[in-house]
Amino acid sequence: MLDLLYAVAVAPFRDMAGAPAFLIEVLIGGVFAGLMYSLVALGFVLIFKASGVFNFAQGVMVLFAALTLVGLLERGVPVLVALALTTVVMVALAFAIERLVLRPLVNQAHIILFMATIGLNFFLEGFGEMLWGANVKKLDIGIPDRSFIVRGVQINQLELTAAATAAVLVTVLAVFFQRTRIGRALRAVADDHEAALSIGVPLRTIWVVVWSVAGVVAIVAGLMWGAKSGVQFSLSLIALKALPVLILGGFESVPGAIVGGLIIGVGEKLGEVYWGPLVGGAIENWFAYVLALAFLLARPQGLFGEKIIERV
Amino acid sequence: MSALLEIREASKAFGGVQAVTRVSLEAQKGEILSVIGPNGAGKTTVLNMISGFYHPDSGRIVLEGRDVTDLAPSRIAELGIARTFQNIALFRGMTVLDNLLLGRHVHMKTGVLSAFAYWGLAQKEEVAHRKRVEDIIDFLRIQDLRRRPTGSLAYGLQKRVELGRALALDPKILLLDEPMGGCNHEEKEDMARFILDVNQEWGVTVILIEHDMGVVMDISDRVTVLDMGQKIAEGTPDEVRANPRVIKAYLGETKTDLPGGSRG
Repeated sequence: MLDLLYAVAVAPFRDMAGAPAFLIEVLIGGVFAGLMYSLVALGFVLIFKASGVFNFAQGVMVLFAALTLVGLLERGVPVLVALALTTVVMVALAFAIERLVLRPLVNQAHIILFMATIGLNFFLEGFGEMLWGANVKKLDIGIPDRSFIVRGVQINQLELTAAATAAVLVTVLAVFFQRTRIGRALRAVADDHEAALSIGVPLRTIWVVVWSVAGVVAIVAGLMWGAKSGVQFSLSLIALKALPVLILGGFESVPGAIVGGLIIGVGEKLGEVYWGPLVGGAIENWFAYVLALAFLLARPQGLFGEKIIERV
Repeated sequence: MSALLEIREASKAFGGVQAVTRVSLEAQKGEILSVIGPNGAGKTTVLNMISGFYHPDSGRIVLEGRDVTDLAPSRIAELGIARTFQNIALFRGMTVLDNLLLGRHVHMKTGVLSAFAYWGLAQKEEVAHRKRVEDIIDFLRIQDLRRRPTGSLAYGLQKRVELGRALALDPKILLLDEPMGGCNHEEKEDMARFILDVNQEWGVTVILIEHDMGVVMDISDRVTVLDMGQKIAEGTPDEVRANPRVIKAYLGETKTDLPGGSRG
């Protein structure tokens, strides 16, 4: 009994203290994974804020963006041009989704729109495969997957770039939401469609903007994940990891998506490395979901979610 | 005198139900025009057509000589027509202040680039809008509710905030869909006062749908009566009150005075 207690509550921390450089490496790995989750979660939050739709297809949008980028690079298109073209594709996709999916379904129940995004999910998966093939592809954007050592801590250049990019993206989005006319309008649409229309907010424009931004976020996420682990269909599964992130951070909160992602990324890496051996590993696979479950019980609106106030 | 807003023979059907049939209506600048009629007469449909939420199947809607029939609701709002809703459509998760500031949306300019490039400009714009919003807050006497989320307010106050948000647009025309529905006597009196003040002091043209005949007859310059989707009468409150077709529409065949007609 005492042995078990020791193994759970003392030994891991002794290990951490014993090799601080290694601990920092684990933390950095966690932060990197967390930022990637955050990026996917951000795409969800944007669309959920603007249209109240849980976009099941966000993960596939990440895959689709990555596939498009790789496809273009393979055909010898320079990196920057390929990035620009992929952006164009994702914006065009946003226009198409507004015209073909959202507009005909306006004023339908949320569950209908949710089902529509499941359909979108299958369509994009098949369409991407048809266009670019189903093989695992290597995504090389010219940032070497190389490490350097700072004070005994190994730092990966790719991860560092990814983290910096994510940070910039998040700052831009935060300013966009809080400070701009269109960001405000977006929050209005999220709250009440009819009221938003009556004060002069063009619903369709807002939807196109939001899906475009979600598309661009998907490119960045696809780029980073793809560069790390290759572009393959499992990429769309990271969308599942975004779900616990959303529950933790709150479905409507941009900072929530970031913090939630970091908590889960760091938490699961620490758990895996220091507590994993106790239960035979694989903590990484369920840690996020257990944490999300605990949050659902204790604080269903998430860390940053808006309190639901309803006068009865 | 040409009308500020004109509806020319507008019709609208939903599936097989003819909600509005060839209704024509004119609102003169500076007046309070009430649209009354029994339930299902098509009043709200008319309002929704003016504000662009519905588009008529046939007929035109003309604002200051310009055809606005097929414009989206957001464009109509930009042209200066503000509205409230029968069932109250507020941004319930946001504060009273935010709701009113959002009402300024069509007057705001700060885009993505300028928000980054020059914060000062955005700040200055914010201050100007804030000033206007504070005026409206004072006017509606909701100073102490500024920071309250609108979803937590009493029903009558929500109606008041919704009016405030519509006013924040600085509208030429204010469309009010039963602003006193579900309100108690005191709240109705307040609302009637606000509508009169908005009309007289700010020169806003008001198109009002309301069931309380006492209020309607009191504050309206002219009244239009709809029944079964058609216009059956039009004129000053006194003319309408005396019109036999109106009496019939409201009370069937009996020859009694209009409900509430003796009040006010």
